[in-house]
Amino acid sequence: MAVPSNQHFFIDPSRCIGCQSCVQACSECDTHKGTPMIHLEYVERSISTQTTPVICMHCESPTCAQVCPADAIKKTEDGVVQSARKPRCIACNNCVLACPFGVPKMNAGWELMTKCDMCYDRTSEGKKPMCATVCPSQALFFGTFAEIEALRPRSRPVNEFRFGEQLVKTKVLMMVPRGGLTEVVDVTAAMHGATPQRTVHLDLMMSGVFANAAEGK
Amino acid sequence: MATLPVDELKIIDFFGPHLAFMHGQSTDTAIVPDKLVKTHCCFCGQQCGIQLKVKGNDVIGFEPWEEFPFNRGMLCPKGVKRYLQGAHPDRLLKAIRRDPQSPSGFSPMGRQEAIEKVAAEIQRIQSAYGNGAIGVLSGASLTTEKAYLMGKFARVCLKTPFIDYNGRLCMVSAGVGNKKAFGVDRAANPWSDIVGAEVVWISGANVAECAPITTNYVWQAREMGAKIIVVDPRITPIARTCDLFLPIKPGRDAALFAGVLHLMIENKWIDGDFIEKQTVGFDKVAEYVKEWTPTKTAEITGIAEPLIRKAAEWWGTAKTSFLMHARGIEHSSHGVQNVLGSINIVLASGRIGRKNCGYATITGQANGQGGREHGQKCDQLPGGRDIFNPEHRAYIAKVWDVDEKEIPGPGVDAYEIFRKIDRGEIKGLLSLCFNPKVSLPDSGFVQRCLEKLEFYVAIDFFLNETARHADIVLPGSLQEEDEGVVAQIEGRVIKINKAVDCPGEAQEDWKLIQGIAKALGREKGFTFQSPREIFEELRIASKGGVCDYSGITYEKIEKQFGVCWPCPSEDPQGRPIDHPGTVRLFEPGTWNPIAKGAGPYYFPDGKAHFNVAAYSPPTEDVDAEYPLILTTGRVVSQFLSGTQTRRIGPLVNQYAEPRIEMHPQLAATLGIKDGDWATAETRRSSVTLKAQVVATIRPDTIFIPYHWSGAKTANRLTIAAQDPLSKIPEYKACACRVKKASEPAYVKTLEPQQ
Ligand code: SF4
Repeated sequence: MAVPSNQHFFIDPSRCIGCQSCVQACSECDTHKGTPMIHLEYVERSISTQTTPVICMHCESPTCAQVCPADAIKKTEDGVVQSARKPRCIACNNCVLACPFGVPKMNAGWELMTKCDMCYDRTSEGKKPMCATVCPSQALFFGTFAEIEALRPRSRPVNEFRFGEQLVKTKVLMMVPRGGLTEVVDVTAAMHGATPQRTVHLDLMMSGVFANAAEGK
Repeated sequence: MATLPVDELKIIDFFGPHLAFMHGQSTDTAIVPDKLVKTHCCFCGQQCGIQLKVKGNDVIGFEPWEEFPFNRGMLCPKGVKRYLQGAHPDRLLKAIRRDPQSPSGFSPMGRQEAIEKVAAEIQRIQSAYGNGAIGVLSGASLTTEKAYLMGKFARVCLKTPFIDYNGRLCMVSAGVGNKKAFGVDRAANPWSDIVGAEVVWISGANVAECAPITTNYVWQAREMGAKIIVVDPRITPIARTCDLFLPIKPGRDAALFAGVLHLMIENKWIDGDFIEKQTVGFDKVAEYVKEWTPTKTAEITGIAEPLIRKAAEWWGTAKTSFLMHARGIEHSSHGVQNVLGSINIVLASGRIGRKNCGYATITGQANGQGGREHGQKCDQLPGGRDIFNPEHRAYIAKVWDVDEKEIPGPGVDAYEIFRKIDRGEIKGLLSLCFNPKVSLPDSGFVQRCLEKLEFYVAIDFFLNETARHADIVLPGSLQEEDEGVVAQIEGRVIKINKAVDCPGEAQEDWKLIQGIAKALGREKGFTFQSPREIFEELRIASKGGVCDYSGITYEKIEKQFGVCWPCPSEDPQGRPIDHPGTVRLFEPGTWNPIAKGAGPYYFPDGKAHFNVAAYSPPTEDVDAEYPLILTTGRVVSQFLSGTQTRRIGPLVNQYAEPRIEMHPQLAATLGIKDGDWATAETRRSSVTLKAQVVATIRPDTIFIPYHWSGAKTANRLTIAAQDPLSKIPEYKACACRVKKASEPAYVKTLEPQQ
């Protein structure tokens, strides 16, 4: 069976609470027991509790596969990019370095690149991926466009990402504020602080929230 | 003789905490489980529905239970990894007795022999010093059947008034506040009322880490247009993207609520009609908040005045709202006042008892709600009845088939039980589901008290830190090894189903308790054959009380995915009815056994009560010597005293050891960098931990999570000050100081979780 074509994966990092439920549940999967295939990143813990779950974005033209010298990374017909195939993978780390989203990880013990395959064992049987099922904040959501539309009036899905010159189109969708102009998430621009139309106070505790200035001393 | 039998490191060597990872059958990728058991998580008050995968007599994993409406498959990491507590190398498979000659400090003994020894010691102590020389400590992670049995066991079998439970550290300020304001102690609304509210006010609740599933309700409310106000000294994950963040100084919540009410009155953002018709006591409260001008409120709470004004305006002008709070405001020597302050702004708004107009405390423990309803509290009898009320006593005496005079009077709170031990008034202790050496404040005092006991018996599945002091430990049951009900966060009674049998000589806790009753020769009333039989008696015992379970059956629970109490079996005229349960309290026109139709609140006049919620500073405020505020709390991957979660490898790896959270500005003045060792010191004791330097905490406050033991326990530092009414300890604010340190000795001898 294939992943039903009306079911999509949506990520909303603004909802993420860093609980790692997704990572812990991933490691319970029957096909890779004890080892998670996804991870959680703190953006910058010293100033914020912002975290983001890193699952595979399942690119239309996967960079990881393009740079693989052993042709070990395959995509299913329904668009799921799989972990490297065991006999082919030479553990060269090309994919780990090349993926713009930082998804693949080298499992040193297995000498094999492993990454999220959107719980193919579950999704191809009509179930939701494990991480999106357990996620307590629903930062990871699996469902139809109609469902996300009804549930998330404040945001909308985008699936094109710009990394400098490279434009990447993904199967997995990222929720961005609805009012914004973004058609493409310009990742490298954001890295350089060039996010348009937004001022973000990172040190909120020091930005005038205390009753008097002496308070902070 | 409850001193440690041998060096604690040796006990740890044998009994842990050690870490369990996926092992045995669980690692087999081709395994097909024999069955999936629909039940609930064993940890927090959300009580997420979960399916346990069972193979043989092992729980080997989980599968989400997406049909259960509250969490629809969602789980936090604790729920995901909870199954790893089963088949654990530290599991107590036999009774053990204190034995200084044994390398581990304990030797195994037959279960029956152990039970008889326990009975003999109880008898010895009671004949030498009186019945009240035995104390009982119980817990709110137990099923309601067990909690009920513990209350009955203490009063009827042991004939001691001295029973209390670990909810004393958790729910009691909310309980007292709710009873004073509403006459009933339960979340007023279902969580579905959060979604659709215009304003969601969260005070002192690290929702994302301590009640993770609630996060989705809050986020969903915001999607539907709600503004989220979070009051906390730290920017917790739920605060990170809230609409209004009020960084309150720990222990100042009553002041904030008074200041908000002041502005509501000044701007006429109150529901005068509701106040007049549905409540009493408003005038006194209005008089009290007069002095709480925005300037004064800002000065005391440490929150900038414009933010207080904004919060009051949002709250005051909303049409619908939901206010929730948790331990942040309750763990205070003025916890009840803080709770009452929050209820006052709810009542003044008139937004309660309707859809999307809600108020609730977020329960902490699995059965934080059910565990506080049926008589294991020191002053309570089943059905939420009062032990000092003659009518209530008479009714329960009839159910228990004892003379009313035989039921002892009120006992004392859990901390006072330790003070009684200290004074030599209590000589023997029985504990179940309570680890006070980690969880009570000023834990050095708790240890000294334990050492004074003549006899201590603990019932547990692992040898927790307190049980290391025990003369005998009886091997009890894990949640998945027994059945029964619990009441979750919304007051919904749900069913815990048995997945596997107790291993070895371990036994269901209620059987162990009944075994002791039998060995004492006081078997009458303790011959239940199953949890269902206990539940049937509990239904009768609760009938006509505030927490009426008489219309609830195991079958109804399964059919409806839970039943919210009150659920009477008869209508007001005494005719049998099939009641679906009460999802939302205080709806206009509803009947309850206290008001008898006079109004929806649980007082004879049917009205809600305003109470003056006076502010006073924490018992131990900062000074030149101890200039910082210490506050404590949880992390998402650990639970309470860690007896279970510090044994689960993947959870320990997520956040292995406690750290001292501090603001960079404070760290700079102390010369401390992220990851440096630092010593936090209070008038009680000190702990040395690594510093976590983060800009997400007030610069005048440090935070330490409390789940660890021994040299790493935050509760060495905390103060044993208690709320005068609820007796909850003040975990959230005491004075401390911090200095840079070098690596402590324990690093070489202890693993992170030990
Ligand atoms: S600890 Fe609470 S939130 Fe986490 S899975 Fe268990 S019941 Fe759910």
